Amino acid sequence: MKPFDYSRADDAGSAVAAVMARPDAAFLAGGTNLVDHMKLGVAAPELLVDVTGLPLDRVEELPDGGLRIGATVRNSDLAAHPLVRRRLPVLSQALLAGASGQLRNAATTAGNLLQRTRCGYFQDVTTPCNKREPGSGCAAIGGWNRYHAVLGASEHCVAVHPSDMAVALRVLDAVVTVLGEDGERRVPVGEFHRLPGEAPEADTVLRHGELVTAVEVPPLPAGTRSGYRKVRDRASYAFALVSVAAAVETDGDRVREARIAFGGLAHKPWRAERAEEALRGASATDEAFREAAEAELRAARPLPGNGFKIPMARNTLAALLRELTTEERR
Amino acid sequence: MDSQLTLHVDGEPRSLTVDNRTTLLDALRDRLGVTSPKKGCDHGQCGSCTVLLGGRRVVSCLTFAVAHDGAEVTTAEGLAEADGRLHPLQQAFLDHDGFQCGYCTPGQICSAAGMLAEAEAGHPSSATADGDGPGGVPRPVPLDEEEIRERMSGNLCRCGAYGNIVDAIRAVAGR
Repeated sequence: MKPFDYSRADDAGSAVAAVMARPDAAFLAGGTNLVDHMKLGVAAPELLVDVTGLPLDRVEELPDGGLRIGATVRNSDLAAHPLVRRRLPVLSQALLAGASGQLRNAATTAGNLLQRTRCGYFQDVTTPCNKREPGSGCAAIGGWNRYHAVLGASEHCVAVHPSDMAVALRVLDAVVTVLGEDGERRVPVGEFHRLPGEAPEADTVLRHGELVTAVEVPPLPAGTRSGYRKVRDRASYAFALVSVAAAVETDGDRVREARIAFGGLAHKPWRAERAEEALRGASATDEAFREAAEAELRAARPLPGNGFKIPMARNTLAALLRELTTEERR
Repeated sequence: MDSQLTLHVDGEPRSLTVDNRTTLLDALRDRLGVTSPKKGCDHGQCGSCTVLLGGRRVVSCLTFAVAHDGAEVTTAEGLAEADGRLHPLQQAFLDHDGFQCGYCTPGQICSAAGMLAEAEAGHPSSATADGDGPGGVPRPVPLDEEEIRERMSGNLCRCGAYGNIVDAIRAVAGR
């Protein structure tokens, strides 16, 4: 590991200034992904600015009933927060579906959003990877790609975003607040993460030195049911092959409005707008759920190793919607 | 690029100078001679380095020591009473034969200690029935086998002593 300087930030503005001043600097929070990358040689910052002492560790209620979640709130605390459990079950469930108890105790809201793909080639510095080393090629396209993208990939990168939390935030239409040298800006979470295109090295639209300070989540309309379902290679503590977050409003036996996002399928949490459109006003039946999934997944382009993700995504979406609409009628 | 810090390890203040690259795990084992946290994978995947940091379970391999000046660190060794009496979890692992080679055991025990406190504080898990705590009022979560297995999934045992590990933890959780 490359030697590095360490400093603790006293306030958010000076943290931003410290990282902005040096291209080789990085923010440090929970460290569960960054420390690993430094061991692997995937990242080699020469200055770490520790932001865990900043007063960004609170969950506050907004006047409209939404929540403002501080950037350094630990994943375990957020999942257990009474307002999150009561009002935003999809968020609590997604957080609890990720990582392990130990990691959730360390990992933060902002760190979870900013974690990087677990593509094995990205993490192995002996192999080509356009995300780690732009222009070097992609070893996953002709290699082991069971975990990789079926939607929105490019010829340069087929990695998927590993977060569960971000998939829930996507259906909740959360907004990320970001502090830069010129003050704060607000980025809808749907625009926060990028598709790989020609520049897979950039996971997000953040510029160097910009600090995520909070995530704001508007309230769900009354009567909306939300949930998260994840499919993986073992029962716990594994990344998603496929996951689905959904928030559904029903009117009798019909779906009034459904918000749906997939995890494990793309370089960013994938909002399934075509499926949502297909469900608007549809009867809450298995057939309708599957048709909605088909409408979205028609655009899927599987790799040799991950064609199974398409029926898995369809089945997982149908199962979650069945669960959410059945509860509603109870 | 070194830093000076003090860690309160199992109740003892320990001051040291570390290269910033030193993980908390390496500081404990190599610098302070506290070897109950074990180095398994060194990538946060196996849980054998689990310690309680400020009372919360974390993997000590994925955090730098320099970030924890002044912190309280409890290892499996420090869970025992000063007079040598074993912590209930330590005794339960013996009584239920909760190990074979023993390498993962200190991490399992620290993790279990942290996990019991989380459940007592009402923290849910993926195995917690939806709707638990209506009105969002936290209340202790009863720990059946499914809850324990889910909450302990960050600790691997390559000998496969899981059955007895679950029994040991259940015995303490039920008290």
